[in-house]
Amino acid sequence: MQAFEYANPATIQEAVALLGSRWGEADVLAGGTDQISLMKEYLHTPQRVVNIKNIKELGGIHRAGGNLRIGATVTLDELMENAEVRRAFPSLHQAAEGVSSPQIRNMGTVGGDLCQRPRCWYYRNGCGLLAMKDGRSLVPDGENKYHAIFGNSGPAYFVSASSLGPALVALGAKVKLVSASGSREVAVEKFFVTPQNEQSREIALLPNELLTEILVPLAPTHNATYEVRQKEALDWPLAAASVALKMKGSTVASARVVLGHVAPTPWPAAQADQALAGKAITAETAEEAAKAAVAGATPLSQNGYKVQLARVAVKRALLQAARGRA
Amino acid sequence: MSRRGFIRGVGIGGGALGTGLLEKEALAAPPAGGKTEGPGPVPITLNINGKPYNLNLEPRVTLLDALRNHLDLTGAKKVCDRATCGACTVIVSGKVVYSCTVLAIDAQGKEIQTIEGISTGNRLHPVSAAFVNHDAQQCGYCTPGFVMAAKGFLDRNPNPTLEQAEHGLCGNLCRCGTYVGMRKAVLEASREMKGGRHA
Repeated sequence: MQAFEYANPATIQEAVALLGSRWGEADVLAGGTDQISLMKEYLHTPQRVVNIKNIKELGGIHRAGGNLRIGATVTLDELMENAEVRRAFPSLHQAAEGVSSPQIRNMGTVGGDLCQRPRCWYYRNGCGLLAMKDGRSLVPDGENKYHAIFGNSGPAYFVSASSLGPALVALGAKVKLVSASGSREVAVEKFFVTPQNEQSREIALLPNELLTEILVPLAPTHNATYEVRQKEALDWPLAAASVALKMKGSTVASARVVLGHVAPTPWPAAQADQALAGKAITAETAEEAAKAAVAGATPLSQNGYKVQLARVAVKRALLQAARGRA
Repeated sequence: MSRRGFIRGVGIGGGALGTGLLEKEALAAPPAGGKTEGPGPVPITLNINGKPYNLNLEPRVTLLDALRNHLDLTGAKKVCDRATCGACTVIVSGKVVYSCTVLAIDAQGKEIQTIEGISTGNRLHPVSAAFVNHDAQQCGYCTPGFVMAAKGFLDRNPNPTLEQAEHGLCGNLCRCGTYVGMRKAVLEASREMKGGRHA
């Protein structure tokens, strides 16, 4: 790890004053579960590290207006154990539970889950975010079994690593981003972006901004997350689906189905949403929606199997949501 | 001379060379902004197993490296060093964490518990004793991390089922595959600990 100077601000205002105007000047350190590994691999070599764990305003989960406000440094364990989250947002509880290592859940934060870098092994082994060599990505003709099956027309082929992203997109959540000159709220759906060149990032956060909180609308929905995994112990899912259903009696008034770990961003499946409108959730309608969700998949040479996994994830998430409470 | 002392004596030339190289990396001026410490060594106080330890460390030094390389507390093991295998597990403020992925400077002011601190005199902690009884190790390299993970799990879940014990240890790997013995050990330890023998 390259040496860095360390800052330990006590307020958001102090923290944002310490950030740089370009990537690489200052990195934010919360739970560190990704950040410290990135620094050990020299993938991130910040001159300054800004610890935000001692900023009280960034913690806590509470109701604010019509939202549940989740502080950026709330740990995955705190999120999972929170009574309001368990009641209103089983999809978030299940996504946090899917990060199966107690150590990671005790350390890792909600903000960090959204800001973690992709797990693409080309990126992690120093080939760059887009794995470009001689003007072409190494991924399409390379080892791509864990890469994208949607949104993969290039130049990005990695999958978003976020566990909470799909659930937050389905629930219509926003993130608050604060800089020294002001703040803005961004829909989580717009927070994740597909980078078009090696210099850009996979999230809309700017180098001088701090993600301070997540706002999840408390509108009643049936929601669930289902992850398909290779093993129960610590690993990222192979494919996942989060769903949020607004019900009218026993039928779906509107649905949001979002796939995870299949594209460079959480991947909204609008065709599944349309397939569900006005219908009751049954094994048949869930299967139809699941088929619609993966209809446009464009798998690479080694990851065709992920299409089936994503389909199963959608079906099971829908059935789970229908069984759960509003 | 201890085995560790010998290994350290042999390795010291290489270590010094490595440090010199890293220090030579030119650092551009960081952005303006506020109070900062480092990148050189700064005074750090760690509270480990109830005792304060004063150190002078660069902010980049992890808690695991502080324990092993600066305090000779070598129970926590360095295996993956990337928050994956669990061999470095310690308990900080009552919660299990990977010490390879916590900066020592961030662990100040917190109660740090390591494998060295859980026995009482010559009496093993019930979790360690149960690991012995169930032959819950083979090469033994993952064992201190597993014992700490199991202790942290039982502190929060004093009466687990076998399935809960399995999930509770999901953050640790054993490449010898002694998982079955470890799960049985966790259940035995839960019975022992409720008996108050080690309250």
